[in-house]
Amino acid sequence: MAFGPFLLLATFEGLLQAAILTLTALGLSLVFGVMRVVNVAHGEFYMLGAVIAWWVSTFVSSMFGMPPAVGFIAALIVSPLAVGAIAMVGERLILKRLNYNPESTIVATIGMLYIIQQSVLLTYGPDARRVAAPFYYRIQLPWFGYSGYNLFVIAAAAVLLLIVWFILSRTRIGLIMRATQFDAETAQAFGIPIDRVYSLVFAAGAMLAAIGAVLVVPIRQAHYLMGLDPLLLSFITVIIGGLGSLRGTVIAALLIGLSDGIISVFFSPTLAKMISTLLVALVLVFKPEGLFGAKAR
Amino acid sequence: MIQSRQSAVIILHIAAILLLFVLQFVLPDYHQLAMTRVMVLAIFAMGYNMLFGYTGLLSLGHAMFFAAGLYGAGLTAYYFGWSVPVAFVAGIGSGFVLSLVIGLVSLRTSGVAFMIVTMMFAQVAYLTTTYFTDYTRGEEGLVLPQAARSFDLLGVHFDLTSAVLRYNLSLVLLAATVAITLLIVRGPLGRALVAIRENEPRTVMLGYDTFRLKLMAVTLSGTISAMAGATYALLFAYIGAGFATIQYSIEALLFTLLGGAGTVLGPLVGTAAMFYLIDIASSYTVAYMLAVGIALVLLVLFFPKGILGTIRERWLPWLP
Amino acid sequence: MAAVTLLSTSGLSRQFGGLKAVDQVDFSIREGEIRALIGPNGAGKTTFVSLLSGRIVPSAGRISFAGEDITAMPAHGRVRKGIAYTFQITSIYPTMTAFDNVALPVQTALKKAKAAGPAGGAAVIAQRSLAALERVGLADRAGVKAGTMSYGHQRLLEVAMGLALEPRLLILDEPTQGLSDGEIDNFCALVKDISRTATVLLIEHNMPVVMRLADRITVLDRGQILADGTPAEIRANPAVQAAYLGTG
Repeated sequence: MAFGPFLLLATFEGLLQAAILTLTALGLSLVFGVMRVVNVAHGEFYMLGAVIAWWVSTFVSSMFGMPPAVGFIAALIVSPLAVGAIAMVGERLILKRLNYNPESTIVATIGMLYIIQQSVLLTYGPDARRVAAPFYYRIQLPWFGYSGYNLFVIAAAAVLLLIVWFILSRTRIGLIMRATQFDAETAQAFGIPIDRVYSLVFAAGAMLAAIGAVLVVPIRQAHYLMGLDPLLLSFITVIIGGLGSLRGTVIAALLIGLSDGIISVFFSPTLAKMISTLLVALVLVFKPEGLFGAKAR
Repeated sequence: MIQSRQSAVIILHIAAILLLFVLQFVLPDYHQLAMTRVMVLAIFAMGYNMLFGYTGLLSLGHAMFFAAGLYGAGLTAYYFGWSVPVAFVAGIGSGFVLSLVIGLVSLRTSGVAFMIVTMMFAQVAYLTTTYFTDYTRGEEGLVLPQAARSFDLLGVHFDLTSAVLRYNLSLVLLAATVAITLLIVRGPLGRALVAIRENEPRTVMLGYDTFRLKLMAVTLSGTISAMAGATYALLFAYIGAGFATIQYSIEALLFTLLGGAGTVLGPLVGTAAMFYLIDIASSYTVAYMLAVGIALVLLVLFFPKGILGTIRERWLPWLP
Repeated sequence: MAAVTLLSTSGLSRQFGGLKAVDQVDFSIREGEIRALIGPNGAGKTTFVSLLSGRIVPSAGRISFAGEDITAMPAHGRVRKGIAYTFQITSIYPTMTAFDNVALPVQTALKKAKAAGPAGGAAVIAQRSLAALERVGLADRAGVKAGTMSYGHQRLLEVAMGLALEPRLLILDEPTQGLSDGEIDNFCALVKDISRTATVLLIEHNMPVVMRLADRITVLDRGQILADGTPAEIRANPAVQAAYLGTG
């Protein structure tokens, strides 16, 4: 394949990566931005989203003999809701009792990471399983064929992103969230139910990761350890984009998603991970406001 | 008053070491080996505690210091054929240098950023061990050759295949770590470290260079952790990338939290309790890390002071 | 005995955004005096002493202490040079004993003295710490957790910590806030006692205390020095009366 088409293919793959990463990282950023909680269990909500999607779609197609598209749509609805509910329970039972103390919540979410991951291992088992895509359509370009579903994922993520942006900047819910992010105590004094806002934000963050996972599970398989890489990548994205800055997070996710595909062509994946992790740690040390974020308050 | 407490402290810690010494005559083989591992891991946790418990800095990357000791000792013994004592020193030296460098960089941050930065540096360290898999054999690891299984020191021959010798060597190193920790935390340096934990800006205004003190704490903590790693490599003749994973950083935190952060013997108690809990859990299920997760959540929710921390608060305020 | 300037500033300024919290201040304090720094709320008093103690970096200007330029010296270095600062809000270590609270500054003082002679061990630290507690009348509370002591005792402990540093200049930021009248009397006696060995810079709202203790008074208003003089001069100064004393 010539270099041009090769680059086009890499760009498609990069955009796909960026699409999923944007959704996951946005969830992490939202939770950190509003609640100041670093959610180490975030990747497990992603994993849970994929595993529940497998359960739902398998159940729907084996019980009712429905076509894969129906199972997929059912999964797209049920899985994020289930993950959101689980996240909300965790928030009520654990994080709220810790008063959202930054250090305690990190320790607690590490605990949640193991609890979710190992519970899935107990019930779902150690196997990797694929969910059937809702449709198969190959777009035939002059140089190569490309999966239409992959392009659908990119488009779906873009639409979701617009919805999130609209909710955050144009609705009352978004206003309440921004007020809470700016100054929780004052917001409370103005009658905003901080408790419920925190629950909803934590659930919404988890749901964003779950949606990303449902979209990706026809392309990549559901596995109980699949949450670790997205966790690390989301961390990297949020740090580069500036902690708590949504705009920065989106830019960083695009940048990292696109470059990830290209970098791993030239370097061994381990070396690429080594260098990028090291660079990101140094960004956090020397430029804690991120490369695209506003100066931290 | 202060004098009598002083002797109570010394008696208590000597009694703890004596108890461990006597245990070897009672324990069956399996538990003797288990306790050897517990003691080595307890040294690791005590190193971690120096930073987290006394100085108040929560690191999520201590596996890299343990691994520095492990590889520093193991690789030199494997490739250069260095004798056990020399490899041991090399392991400690690697940990010292690494923790000094990591401290210089990561101490520019604090709080949550410090936790994330240390975690990321540790991840880089782990990836490094797998990247150089030609030399380290990655996760699969290396088994040290027969030549590294015995050594002569001061005219005495030591045979590391002997379980009794391994037990007592770990005990000696553990006792040394307890002694060093006691000396530090009951002295002027320990008082200054606790002051940083309680209120850093105030401590600056009492004339302390807190960056320098925190750097000392990181280095001390990292070097002790590396000593544990070097001991592990040489006693059990195995080095693998598994010891550099984030799981080991979290276990150090867990052992310390369970036993009581900021108590000298807490990490030992926590390591023993958690080691056996994981041991029992893993005989029932592959998902034994579930026990770790549940323990972390319960501890941070209901028992943040840990076992010895709670005892100190309720009954023994003089416990160091 | 000729009066020696212990600390002086020239053109000292600090801006926060557009706000000039401290603006071109030329200030000096003589060795051995008790100086009061007064001014209305928001006059920049706390910012000014934070600049002196090194907790805040100046935007412009210089500070010199005992003939040495300390503008670029970090806070802990200034403490070791002999500038001690006691916080406006009680800032002891509540989980540590009163003894440990005082032992911390004693260790600093001993380190400072190390150049002169051999540093003391635990016994010297203990002896000096108890002496510092004795001086403020807290010797019998040495083993008590500081956080469980009464508010008045906590303020005294704070002063003992400042004293234990063996400072040449002791900056007291609103030390009598929240104290009862009886406690204030004891406190004034203590400051007089301290001034025999150290220079005192007192930031105080309580005018009777200021008039009773201060040799000289500096009035700060909107980041600038409005007036400087003896208590009698300040009391008679019409500009001060207009800006601050009013009913005084």
